[in-house]
Amino acid sequence: MSDPAPERPLPAWSLPAGRAENLELPTEWPGRVTREWAWGGSTGKGVRVCILDSGVETGHPLVGELEGAVAVEVAPEKQISVVEDVEGDLCGHGTACAGIVRSIAPDATIFSVRVLGAGFTGSGTALLGGLRWAVEEGFDVINMSLSTTKSQFAGMLHEVADRAYFRRTVLVASAHNMPVESYPWRFSSVISVGSHEEADPLTYFYNPNPPVEFFARGVDVEVAWLGGTRARSTGNSFATPHMSGVCALILGKHPELTPFQLKSTLYLTASNVVGDDE
Amino acid sequence: MNDTDLRAAVAAGVLGAEVAHRQLLQATVEVARAIFAAKASTIFLYDEATDELVFEASSGEGSAELLGHRIPSSTGIAGWTLVTRQPLVLTDVSADPRWGGQEIAERTGYAPKGLMSVPLLHEEESVGVLQVLDRPQDDRFSLEEMELLGLFANQAAISIDLLRKARAAKSVLDDGSTDIAALARLAANLDALEGPRRQAASELLSSLETLFKD
Repeated sequence: MSDPAPERPLPAWSLPAGRAENLELPTEWPGRVTREWAWGGSTGKGVRVCILDSGVETGHPLVGELEGAVAVEVAPEKQISVVEDVEGDLCGHGTACAGIVRSIAPDATIFSVRVLGAGFTGSGTALLGGLRWAVEEGFDVINMSLSTTKSQFAGMLHEVADRAYFRRTVLVASAHNMPVESYPWRFSSVISVGSHEEADPLTYFYNPNPPVEFFARGVDVEVAWLGGTRARSTGNSFATPHMSGVCALILGKHPELTPFQLKSTLYLTASNVVGDDE
Repeated sequence: MNDTDLRAAVAAGVLGAEVAHRQLLQATVEVARAIFAAKASTIFLYDEATDELVFEASSGEGSAELLGHRIPSSTGIAGWTLVTRQPLVLTDVSADPRWGGQEIAERTGYAPKGLMSVPLLHEEESVGVLQVLDRPQDDRFSLEEMELLGLFANQAAISIDLLRKARAAKSVLDDGSTDIAALARLAANLDALEGPRRQAASELLSSLETLFKD
């Protein structure tokens, strides 16, 4: 298992007079944020990405080796336990997401947290438990191509999403394109992603009409599938790892960015804000 | 008329509703298949008691063999769709033994190369999964089609919710000891009366209503 998250400085609850100069920003912000500034030269090295999904097939040619893999198990009384995952991917989807992240950020480490397989009855509990575990583990980016419609989990998921936000863990979550309420993608502390139809993996758009904040490539994507194979796929759940990959690139170059600064950087580098020619 | 006949009479009304809803589900898979020019289409319903997905309606290749077949609720593509509530489309899938279509292939001799899978969501519930198998391979899938699939799934989810309610009503009637079952038997009995006895029953009902008024 990897080391726990590094200690963060105590939060500043107020700003006494004359202390403004102590609020040093470790990043030198340029007059104009470009893609070159944001991730030029970055391969995602040093960034830990977590795939919260159906498991990941380790050693797949498009995925490579994993930093680790755990599975969330749910007991009949709803207690959860997080154990080493020996089953791999139970569907193919987690492997597809991992392959997309790898294609954009080849040197980021990928860790699989499998929240699928405990049965549907325990699925909300497994999702919440897996997310909670991943946030405590201190990953830099958590890719969540899933959601729950159960309002009983909304409050708890909101708390975990906010905790991640303040701990500098970025949650990247698939938006829903069906007429139902679902979580956690609707929370403002996460980066929510829908699909566009263009073929460039680094084309993404900022949406000025939230709750969906960004649109990334999600149509006809070639992805890794089970047994070392490939498939072509469509859905917001494939757009999401494209944004996770870009987050990993940016954090590889600017590891000190907070989720707020990272989201601002994504906005300033979006294809409809700076254009694609950077 | 004995008790069994009475219960059967009441149940027949409920059962009739289930047949109608099954026809609606069947029509849904037929139309889904037609819209997307697919070789087959299937609806799975989530069975809470066993935590499994059950094939409820199917149209096209290999369809007859599938009805009633059960699969685990959180593995394979159907399970992923149910649990994550996210629609997904896959094409050019290799016949790997672990991918969700293989089980279908073994039962029917028909191995899909691609599918669209969408959750059936009603209010907070994820009640099942709609799948459309094997569209023409050269067709690029658009986001508009994805939305159409979502609208379609929404309609199917409403049908399934009605079906589940009809089944719940039937199971209450099957347990003859409940007050609701007794009322249902009474309703069936009243409904079967004719002539002066029917008139007397109506007067009795009217008196009962007066009695329960505030």
